[in-house]
Amino acid sequence: MSMGSDMYRQQILDHYRNPRNHGELGDPTFSHEGYNPSCGDELEFDVVLEDDGETIERVAFRGEGCAISQASASMLSQELPGMTLDEVADLDRDDVLELLGVEVTPMRIKCAVLAEKVVQDGARIYEGEADVDQTTTED
Amino acid sequence: MKASEQAPLDVEAIREDFPILEREVADGKGLVYLDNAATAQTPDQVVDVIADYYRTYNANVHRGIHQLSQEASVAYEDAHDRVAEFVGADGREEMVFTKNTTESENLVAGAWGLNELGPGDEVVLTEMEHHASLVTWQQVAKRTGAEVKYIPVDEDGYLDMDAAAELITDDTQLVNAVHVSNTLGTVNPVADLADLAHDHDALFFVDGAQAAPTRPVDVEAMDADFYAFSGHKMLGPTGIGCLYGKRHLLEEMEPHLYGGMMINRVTFEESTWADLPWKYEAGTPVIAQGIALAAAVDYLDDVGMERIQAHEEHLTEYAYEQLDADDVDILGPPGDDRGAVVSFNVDGIHAHDLSTILNDHGVAIRAGDHCTQPLHQKLGIPASTRASFYLYNTKEEVDALVEGVEAAREIFH
Ligand SMILES: Cc1ncc(COP(=O)(O)O)c(C=O)c1O
Repeated sequence: MSMGSDMYRQQILDHYRNPRNHGELGDPTFSHEGYNPSCGDELEFDVVLEDDGETIERVAFRGEGCAISQASASMLSQELPGMTLDEVADLDRDDVLELLGVEVTPMRIKCAVLAEKVVQDGARIYEGEADVDQTTTED
Repeated sequence: MKASEQAPLDVEAIREDFPILEREVADGKGLVYLDNAATAQTPDQVVDVIADYYRTYNANVHRGIHQLSQEASVAYEDAHDRVAEFVGADGREEMVFTKNTTESENLVAGAWGLNELGPGDEVVLTEMEHHASLVTWQQVAKRTGAEVKYIPVDEDGYLDMDAAAELITDDTQLVNAVHVSNTLGTVNPVADLADLAHDHDALFFVDGAQAAPTRPVDVEAMDADFYAFSGHKMLGPTGIGCLYGKRHLLEEMEPHLYGGMMINRVTFEESTWADLPWKYEAGTPVIAQGIALAAAVDYLDDVGMERIQAHEEHLTEYAYEQLDADDVDILGPPGDDRGAVVSFNVDGIHAHDLSTILNDHGVAIRAGDHCTQPLHQKLGIPASTRASFYLYNTKEEVDALVEGVEAAREIFH
């Protein structure tokens, strides 16, 4: 099998079927949601910060969508605890693609980066730097 | 004659007119093009007409006096006659060339809706409308104070005609329905809807984007007031759409776009409008596209619309049977009662993941909401996978689709 199907390595399918940190956090410091109109993917992240107000302690997410969007959310959710909001802001698409560990075809990049964009926007809103209702991959 | 009694198509001969079908995709796989509801391929006969226009008589059609302009003008005007004839309209006066179905919808929304509608008026759509009409009439309603209502779709993907009879009242000013649903494949009872609309003096607008390419259309027989379709879905080029309108309506309506070409007499104070259909074609029109669409229509008529419909019905029924399985949810009516569209979901595999895997098998399908988001919301699904067939598709290509689905199952299950 070639190209696109390579995206569905065991690791991705495993995260898709058994998403880590799936669900809700009782009293999140902030929550934010977003969607990817091209696939109809939806993700909502809850984030709890440590007392310093800038380091991520815990995250949880829920959502619906294709394997790429959901697996990237699951994988990202494992990376976030311990990161500062500044570090989150510095993440770019290459970081996400590296996390996924597969070649993502151009049409599916938006699925892959949705989780990252949702968390980044959520953090910026929390810090008063942005005012978006819902994140979309179209911006 | 019933469509199913038609002599079969010589698909092999037809395919020779479409060299694109020979190309390879996805690392050497033969292309299996099953995304015809989004856009169809273009035969050499149509490509040649476009090339011939640009190579030999490219000129504007502003009724120029030089020879090229006359040639282009005659070809462009004749194209209106040809396309009008194709859908049973009464001459070029009833056939406006636009950019696509969406623009045809917007033309009526702007030229008629914004001027005629107000508070207390209602526009009745169906729940299976494409965004082209749904979003457009929503906006008209917002600006005019009119209200949009929707004829529900039942569990089998048919319109609830009892509900339609109640929803369409004397407050209804316009009923807008797809002829063939691009998501469900449902073929709507357009003549019955026309009767309901006309019983209440409402206009009836048919979105024929999926019907005009795939079955004989007779706008007079169905008594449509407006009928919209797109050239690129029926072997023509992109950038051309059509709006059929009853002559008296097009005469009464105000133009939607103003400027050159659509005028008769202009002074510093005021202007009068050109004759039909030019009144609605402001600016330099879609000349090459219009001429090429006439060639596409010639091609379709040479093959025979009844035979095309019969071929598609066979393929669609076959695809329905082959795809039907416990883990597959096929949207819309049963396989022997639908247009050439089969949308489905496989348990546990998102439509976009399935689409990616099918692409590796060379199979091009559409995945997403097919511009019917509200319908997908109603069905409780974020997206679906859609295979759609045309005159050049074969049973073997349906088999390739089914094999691709099986490969996806192996990866995901
Ligand atoms: C039923 C229906 N209506 C309208 C459209 C819009 O056509 P276009 O994009 O050519 O304007 C489509 C095509 O996607 C369609 O299937």
